Amino acid sequence: MGNVLVYIETADGQIAPISFELLGAARKLAGALGGEVEALVAGEAGAAQLGGADTLIQVQHPLLTPYVPEAHVAVLADAVRTRNPQVVLVGNTSVGIDLAAGTAAATGRPLVSYCLGLEVEGGAVVARSQLYGGKIVATTKTEAPAVFAVVAGSFPEAAGRSGGKGQRVDVDPPAALSALRMRFVSSAAPGGEGVDITKAERLVSVGRGIGGPENIELAQELAKALGAEIGASRPVCDSGWLPKARQVGKSGMTVKPKLYFAVGISGAPEHLEGMRDSELIVAVNSDANAPIFKVAHFGTTCDLFDLLPALTERLKAKAG
Amino acid sequence: MSKVEPGRTHEEEHLEFEGMDISGHWNRMFEQRVIWEHDTSTLDKVTAIAGAESLGYCYQCGKCTPACPVDHVGDYSPRKIFRKTQTGIDLLTSPDLWLCTTCMNCLRVCPKEVNMISIMPAVREVAVAEGNVPPELQKAFENTFNHGNPLGEPARKRADWVADAGAPVTILPKEKRPVDVLFYVECYWSYHPRGKDAARALARTMATLGVDWGILGHEEKCSCDSQRLAGEKGLFEMIAEQNIATLGKYEFKRMVTSDPHAYNAFRNEYPKLGAEYPIQHYTQFLAPLMGSLPWKRKLDYKVTFHDPCYLGRHNGEYDAPREMIKQIPGLEFIEMFRCKENGYCCGGGGGGMWLDSFTGNHVRERLSERRVKEAIETGAEMLVVCCPYEVSRFEDAVKSTGNEGKLLVRDVIELVDEALHQES
Amino acid sequence: MHIAVVLKQVPDLVEELEIDSGGKDIDRSFVKMKLNEFDDHALEQAVLLKESGGAKVTAVAIATEGIDQVLYAAKARGADAAMKVEAGEGVLDSRRAASAIAETIKQLAPDLVLTGVQAADDLFGQTGPYLAAVLGWPHVSVVSGVELGGGTVRVHQEYSGGRTAMLEVDLPAVIGVQAAPQPPRYVPVSKLRQAMASGALDSTSGAPASAPAGVAVAGLAKPESGRGAEMLSGAAGEVADRIAALLAERGLARG
Repeated sequence: MGNVLVYIETADGQIAPISFELLGAARKLAGALGGEVEALVAGEAGAAQLGGADTLIQVQHPLLTPYVPEAHVAVLADAVRTRNPQVVLVGNTSVGIDLAAGTAAATGRPLVSYCLGLEVEGGAVVARSQLYGGKIVATTKTEAPAVFAVVAGSFPEAAGRSGGKGQRVDVDPPAALSALRMRFVSSAAPGGEGVDITKAERLVSVGRGIGGPENIELAQELAKALGAEIGASRPVCDSGWLPKARQVGKSGMTVKPKLYFAVGISGAPEHLEGMRDSELIVAVNSDANAPIFKVAHFGTTCDLFDLLPALTERLKAKAG
Repeated sequence: MSKVEPGRTHEEEHLEFEGMDISGHWNRMFEQRVIWEHDTSTLDKVTAIAGAESLGYCYQCGKCTPACPVDHVGDYSPRKIFRKTQTGIDLLTSPDLWLCTTCMNCLRVCPKEVNMISIMPAVREVAVAEGNVPPELQKAFENTFNHGNPLGEPARKRADWVADAGAPVTILPKEKRPVDVLFYVECYWSYHPRGKDAARALARTMATLGVDWGILGHEEKCSCDSQRLAGEKGLFEMIAEQNIATLGKYEFKRMVTSDPHAYNAFRNEYPKLGAEYPIQHYTQFLAPLMGSLPWKRKLDYKVTFHDPCYLGRHNGEYDAPREMIKQIPGLEFIEMFRCKENGYCCGGGGGGMWLDSFTGNHVRERLSERRVKEAIETGAEMLVVCCPYEVSRFEDAVKSTGNEGKLLVRDVIELVDEALHQES
Repeated sequence: MHIAVVLKQVPDLVEELEIDSGGKDIDRSFVKMKLNEFDDHALEQAVLLKESGGAKVTAVAIATEGIDQVLYAAKARGADAAMKVEAGEGVLDSRRAASAIAETIKQLAPDLVLTGVQAADDLFGQTGPYLAAVLGWPHVSVVSGVELGGGTVRVHQEYSGGRTAMLEVDLPAVIGVQAAPQPPRYVPVSKLRQAMASGALDSTSGAPASAPAGVAVAGLAKPESGRGAEMLSGAAGEVADRIAALLAERGLARG
């Protein structure tokens, strides 16, 4: 039996897109392994949408919502122990980092993270993982059973939306939930300035290459000329140069604007994850080998301190 | 504010001076008093720092104020720094601490030898140790520590410019042979696009002259003089020790560098660490050789020249670059009003190179912007420089002052190269 | 309160990475190593907790080439002690590194362990969760901001979409730090040198567990260029002209 178990990630009661990607990937793997696709929902989620799974495993408990990592690790580890799937798929998201490693450690299974692609070869799973900020791709061969953490955007969502048998089993929560060592206190929506960069049609996004907080004005002027909002990479927000609400990427926002203008962003995988589906991506970066150019439509290694004012001026002239 | 204390006056009851009776209150003298009304602890804190003592010598004559380039674009000068500190503004946390470019024009005119070249690095060092360092400058320090250059470029790419030089360049770690001249390329000629232009022009000129020369390639690190002046003495010492060890591995008769700051370091600072080098600035090396160059074309440019502070005022060399300009066929040379000993500063020294945005928030215009306006006023169409910081600084300033097309900026070596080669 | 911070070096991504002749590792002979940036934030978070609430901070790292400087820098930044874990030759994956470090953590018996949330070279997940599993302690990753309570810590966990939650975690615990509340502070070289002069680092030994069963690295490769960007070259003015034109074509220039 080569079943594939997918952990269904939810946010605010909605199923996260990564979960459909995983269900699609699971379908292919399960086919090759001669097994079925199982989806684990810890807490509440719209089961109706999970037609991509053969079996929907539902675990309900008051401590599973809101999300507490330890509780979800306990549920996932319990499901892995009792159902013994050959492959466990978890999103390599900020939630998945806890879950994948926690479950692998608790069940003694190997874990391969940052997966971009998964194939079955004999009884083993061949995974391609991005390492070193996306500069290297590692191929590993792992004997099942094992856990894989998959980078968002690696598989199409559509394949995971249907095609399952749609059975449903309710499973009792594990005893470990009564002995949790962490508690939910409060949650906060993205704060600051009341901006919502996910709604912006045009984004000028700033990375570490901008040099310092004082240079952000250059990008702001360009944004003004474009009628765009300002976004940022994680290091820029971590340094306090721009508020967290403007962060694009894994621990920030996922954006799909018509124009994504990346300034001084090298394109770590965590960033690309949040913007790769933008309609038009223009990137300015001094390093011609920067991964951002792999997803960008147009790129230049022009000095941004020369280019930005020049472009701003031209756009203003056009508008005027 | 000051009060005359009773009992601290002195009067002679009977006194005559040149036939005049000035008895009694006519000869009243006051006892010398100290200004005890002020709390001087802020000043005391600064003058207690080793190297910063001379700030206390200031007697407010104000000679430095018109000499200070920063005062021309803001409200600065050593006199003002002294006065502010005396009246309780803490220099250690004030933006004033980072505005001085250590250009040394104040020390030139100061009768009390209030030495900002010593005060600023010393006080900055304390500020840096307390974690008070502008982020841009911190980045330059970190880059220098991690990569050996303030730009944060990989050490391995330091000699990449050589590939397009169009002339052979000996990279000593590869070829390991004695050379006559060790050329210390320095960071901006190694990595900055316009710096690389100059480095390549130099390589071609060296080939024309038949000089036996080599560079340290990826083993070279920043001489770190500007980092030292910006308050990171420990970083300077650490990298200097590494450079001294590297230089010790190779055989050369003399050393030439692109950078006046490196020249200053090797001439004045590395000897304090026990390492003496026969160092020349490249203008000093080339000026005497100019007569033997096979010029191919006349350059029909009207030019003016900007003295680098660390070649001129700091080390007394005003003639070598002028000699080069004079020898390049065709150039018409006009001096700027502020030149030589009173030359204006480009704003890049003493860490200013890595504080442009910070400084920009505290001055009306950048020093480099003011300087290009002065260059344009002479009627020159080209500003000639001989410091790796300056080409990019002045080219930026030409653009930011809206003078694009009115003034070109060229390193003097680029002109030599141009006059040695037919137009392509 | 005793906080242990686990530090490691990763290849500096400023450098171009090459794959070695074996094809299963990067060529480490030319790679420049630097402190993992998330570990840097973990250290800053620990020092901030020390400054605000009083705590002893111990920096812990597997002994690798160049790690001494990292540990001295940690001391210069405010760590009270630094511990080097001798775990034999070779590059350890995170699971094995965590097992080696766990022994030292047991000896140190801290109240809280901070690690960086992840590392660019870590194929097998993260140090933190494995460490927590070996120790049997609770673990939270992707944390930006830690506050000490009595017997607990409150941590801000980040989720995609910019949402955050505050969780209260019983001590002892292992926390994976994404970002400290403020950027890592600068260590002047003079302070670093003082730390180096102040005495040798402590060291212990810890045997790593055997390699994770079942996983074999088949090979490394540089990513395929894929579609890739059309690169615009030339002077800033020319490139600006072209970008302005192509934005205008697509109706993305304003006006």
